[in-house]
Amino acid sequence: MADFDAIVVGSGCAGAVAAYELAKAGKSVLVVERGNFAGAKNMTGGRIYGHCLRAVFPDNYDEIPFERKVSHERISLMSPDSNFTIDFASDALLKDGQESYTVLRSTFDQWLAEQAEDAGAEYIYGIAVEELLKDENGKVTGVSAGGDEITADVVVLCDGANSLLAEQAVGAPKPSAAQMAVGVKEVFELPAEEIEKRFQCNPGEGAAWLFAGDCTHGTFGGGIIYTNKESISIGIVAGIEATAEKATVPVYQMLEDLKNRPEVAPVLKGAKLVEHSGHMVPEGGITTMPDLIADGVLIAGDNATMCVNLGYTVRGMDYAVAAGQMAGQAAAKALDAGDTSKAGLQCYVDALENSFVLKDLRQFKNVPNFMEHFDRMFCGYPEMIRDMMNGMFVVDGTPVPPMKKTMMPIVKGVGFMNLFKDVRGAMKAL
Amino acid sequence: MSRDIKFTVNVDEYLSLNKYEVDETSAHIELVDEPSDEEFDKLIMVCPAALYKRDEEGRKSFDYAGCLECGTCRVACGDTIIKKWENPQPTMGVEYRFG
Repeated sequence: MADFDAIVVGSGCAGAVAAYELAKAGKSVLVVERGNFAGAKNMTGGRIYGHCLRAVFPDNYDEIPFERKVSHERISLMSPDSNFTIDFASDALLKDGQESYTVLRSTFDQWLAEQAEDAGAEYIYGIAVEELLKDENGKVTGVSAGGDEITADVVVLCDGANSLLAEQAVGAPKPSAAQMAVGVKEVFELPAEEIEKRFQCNPGEGAAWLFAGDCTHGTFGGGIIYTNKESISIGIVAGIEATAEKATVPVYQMLEDLKNRPEVAPVLKGAKLVEHSGHMVPEGGITTMPDLIADGVLIAGDNATMCVNLGYTVRGMDYAVAAGQMAGQAAAKALDAGDTSKAGLQCYVDALENSFVLKDLRQFKNVPNFMEHFDRMFCGYPEMIRDMMNGMFVVDGTPVPPMKKTMMPIVKGVGFMNLFKDVRGAMKAL
Repeated sequence: MSRDIKFTVNVDEYLSLNKYEVDETSAHIELVDEPSDEEFDKLIMVCPAALYKRDEEGRKSFDYAGCLECGTCRVACGDTIIKKWENPQPTMGVEYRFG
């Protein structure tokens, strides 16, 4: 007889929701979280799309401690001496089921853990699982944490982007530097009204702002700004391999330079730095996804590379919540059937295949490779846009040439073929 | 030949605002004895906490105390100069108040 029906490793978006579903189904669940509270080790840019949480918490969705509803989508192409920004606002972004919210994980994850605990899940905080226990046939039978061995009929592994256990669980190798990005983020405190003024937002609403180009000084990656209730998150997400091999400055210097840009400095003026954080982002997509099940174990969230960076938006948390929900439900079903072998857990993979999680990740399977080699997006296009905009907006009293004469050489500079290839490549990948 | 890396920011100052429970008794990350310049410079570029440093004479230093536990160095150099990468001991390490 095992100590618990299920053990969940890690209480982030996937783990807490999996534990909640298992407890709700009447199973005995233990969550082992290495932080001293849920969220203590977690970090996001970041924004979460609401639809996934509506599916899990239809009755108390309004109680979720979101920061701000994203009413402005901004994208900037930054060259060393210019910045071209698109600011998009739309009623459609605010509609129930389509809306997204900025979050801070320390608050958000504690709320998720509370839901799991209220549903009956037990928690151990402050201890990392060191090892998965296996029987003589290799079936996962529990965990070893803080020197104790605890057994369960099924283990749901949700230990995040820097998973030290996915290899033991499902044979996933350590990800390569090309598959992962590093995120560095700082949180600046600022009064709510000041944020609303600086981002031209209504109370409770805010912006998601992504940057490409000179914010990484031309290498693969980008900048992010998200508005929270009373703070602003600003960060850099950069490919680890590209940064290690080709970057001209370290990631934290990229962030420092972004903060000092004339387009960014005014929104941070007078704000107080309160935290400097770092985290990895799995950007390899479905082609790098490990097996999701093995005998006695399921994996969900960042450790299973459930994440996409599309350049104009980054998603991971909604995939993790949905996968956590399906993992919890599938594990409960397998427990009911008395079969938590790989075959018994296949219903988890089937549910994912039929959901937006794996359908999206399949749809975007070529995006990681396209983005990584989309050099002109990071150095080339920002400069082209600058020259075109300068051609339109710079007025110095000399006679204005025909628009065609101004624009053609600029586009020629990048090359029509390159432009055509990149547009076609983007269309194919996205 | 090592890279000439320029930076103007003192990340240590920023890290001092974070909440940590530093484990003075054991290091959760260890490097090999003679890390190569080339591999070490990669870590200078990617570590978000600037824990990997070189002084003006090129002398290398690494301090795990300000670690953000992201695992980037493990992914970048886990097969070369990072000898050990474990989670900090129970209740130790960084504790994000915002995240």
